Amino acid sequence: MSDVLVLVDHLGGELHSSAGKLLAAAATIGTPVAVVVGKPGSAAALTGPLAEAGAAKILVAESDDAETLLVTPEVAALQAAIVAADDVLAILVPPTVDGREIAGRLAVRLESGLLTDAIALEIVDGAVVATQSVLGDEYTMRYKVTRGTPVISVRANAIDGAASPADGTVTTIEFSTDSSTGTIVKAVHLEPTGDRPELGAAQKVVSGGRGVGSSDKFSVVETLADKLGAAVGASRAAVDSGYYPPQFQVGQTGTAVSPQLYVALGISGAIQHRAGMQTSKTIVAVNKDPDAPIFEIADFGVVGDLFEVAPQLTESLPS
Amino acid sequence: MDIAVLVKQVPDTYGVRKLTTDTWVQDRAASDQVIDEIDTKGVEIALQLKEKHGGEVTVVTLGPASATDVLRKGLAMGADKAVHIVDDGLAGSDALGTSAALAAALATLSVDLIITGNEATDGRTGSVPAMLAERLGLAAVTSVRTIEIDGTTITAERVMDAGYSEVTASLPAVVSVNEKVGEPRYPNFKGIMSAKKKPVTTLSAADLGLDLATVGLAGASTQVVDGTPRPPRSAGQKITDDGNGGKAIAEYLAAQRLV
Ligand SMILES: Cc1cc2nc3c(=O)[nH]c(=O)nc-3n(C[C@H](O)[C@H](O)[C@H](O)COP(=O)(O)OP(=O)(O)OC[C@H]3O[C@@H](n4cnc5c(N)ncnc54)[C@H](O)[C@@H]3O)c2cc1C
Ligand SMILES: Nc1ncnc2c1ncn2[C@@H]1O[C@H](COP(=O)(O)O)[C@@H](O)[C@H]1O
Repeated sequence: MSDVLVLVDHLGGELHSSAGKLLAAAATIGTPVAVVVGKPGSAAALTGPLAEAGAAKILVAESDDAETLLVTPEVAALQAAIVAADDVLAILVPPTVDGREIAGRLAVRLESGLLTDAIALEIVDGAVVATQSVLGDEYTMRYKVTRGTPVISVRANAIDGAASPADGTVTTIEFSTDSSTGTIVKAVHLEPTGDRPELGAAQKVVSGGRGVGSSDKFSVVETLADKLGAAVGASRAAVDSGYYPPQFQVGQTGTAVSPQLYVALGISGAIQHRAGMQTSKTIVAVNKDPDAPIFEIADFGVVGDLFEVAPQLTESLPS
Repeated sequence: MDIAVLVKQVPDTYGVRKLTTDTWVQDRAASDQVIDEIDTKGVEIALQLKEKHGGEVTVVTLGPASATDVLRKGLAMGADKAVHIVDDGLAGSDALGTSAALAAALATLSVDLIITGNEATDGRTGSVPAMLAERLGLAAVTSVRTIEIDGTTITAERVMDAGYSEVTASLPAVVSVNEKVGEPRYPNFKGIMSAKKKPVTTLSAADLGLDLATVGLAGASTQVVDGTPRPPRSAGQKITDDGNGGKAIAEYLAAQRLV
């Protein structure tokens, strides 16, 4: 089987949850090969977990540049990894801001076709075919690459299951980066993630909109979410009004979610919001406007004041 | 400081967007075609930088004849001139082809800064800015929510999935803006009138020396295998809260085995 390179997302000595998902996606089409790019010494803690997550081989590319230069070290390391691996079938990258930028640069360097945000991978007639959900999840499309080695960013949250543990044979690879045209990272500020499930991967999501009215009152949304074991989301209007931080935005330009249960509180259901949540299995909406478009797609809707309905719901749920 | 801003014509996200079910390309007739909201924010940042540092702002698009509308919109906001890459041979280009054509046009402008959106609302590939930087040998400062320029140094806050970072780079560079960068100005009457007189240069694939085997639908490096529209979703039960709305949801969730 041909090698499928997986660029590993990691931070502070730990794998990001996407790494295992991408290895699982790789295993469906070929031999998963993890590529770890980091500062010297950073890969040692990751090789065990990567083998456990299904990496047959692990290519370690370490350099001081990896911490200070934005994405160009990863691009150079992947180029070197292609040479070190056998007959590379595809290169998978995480669906992050960084991942997409790496993929864009790499596709140009390799003159290869690029597919973004794949939700499934398969081999059809010997070629890699990627499934994508496009135009706000209105269409499910399958694409293939007709030139070069496919570079594919994979929506990790859409991948089910895990790969079987593998050998994880470690090889060190060398690469060099041209720092003259680089972007330098001076400081990184991570938002606290808290104890709630990750928005994009959560089985349940409770979101609040402009109807919530203030950041203080968002506790109504949070309390319900915590009772349900759900992630918290927000509409763009709620984010732009400063009620909730931007990384929780659901929709066209935020996170696309597809949970078992989506609860919308004080959200009108604008088409761009629906674009990020309309494939949820069950949708529940509370809105005081009986004509709010969210009711057109809600499986269960309550016309009423969210400040009456949501606390009562929280109360009524089994603890 | 001279700036080029990329502006793209996209189907209006406020309406239903469709693909044709034979070739799976955008059904242009099904939607109003508008300037992508993110690009109005790119133009806004370019105009703010021009107000601070001087220079000229050029809006650039690759698109069909109708895409002149989005150039006029950028000119009405205050850009000085426009470049329109228009050629039937470029229709259906993928990200590689699009970036090749845009890079060729941008190379002729010799600007200090190229501003783009972080992600178009139709393709959502979010890769054109990085591809341009790669093709032009420039730094890319992507997904920024703030940007300052001092001499030839760019300082920006870059929005990432898990938070944000502080980054710097040197001009010339490609900068892509995140939607949280701020609201765009509206063109006023004077802007709209003067936009009609501002110069728009059109360029063909041949003008840019592009190899038609690597651009357009025929030269695309990706191909549709097949497509399926999402099954329509219909409304379920809707009740009016009579004081027991919360309990009713709890019962519904229990019946659905969701709690
Ligand atoms: C290019 C583009 C991208 C966009 N991307 C996104 C995106 O990613 N995500 C997104 O969400 N939006 C997005 N939008 C914005 C979108 O068009 C809407 O403006 C936004 O979704 C509205 O948010 P909202 O429903 O919270 O606010 P509103 O539309 O103002 O709705 C508030 C709702 O709360 C209800 N309400 C008020 N008080 C109460 C109460 N006490 N109890 C119950 N109900 C109450 C009201 O009846 C109303 O229906 C995008 C727009 C564009 C142009
Ligand atoms: N055809 C085009 N014409 C002008 N600008 C474009 C075009 N395609 C992409 N862009 C720019 O590149 C950004 C990112 O696009 P994309 O990588 O396709 O998501 C957009 O927000 C635009 O600023």
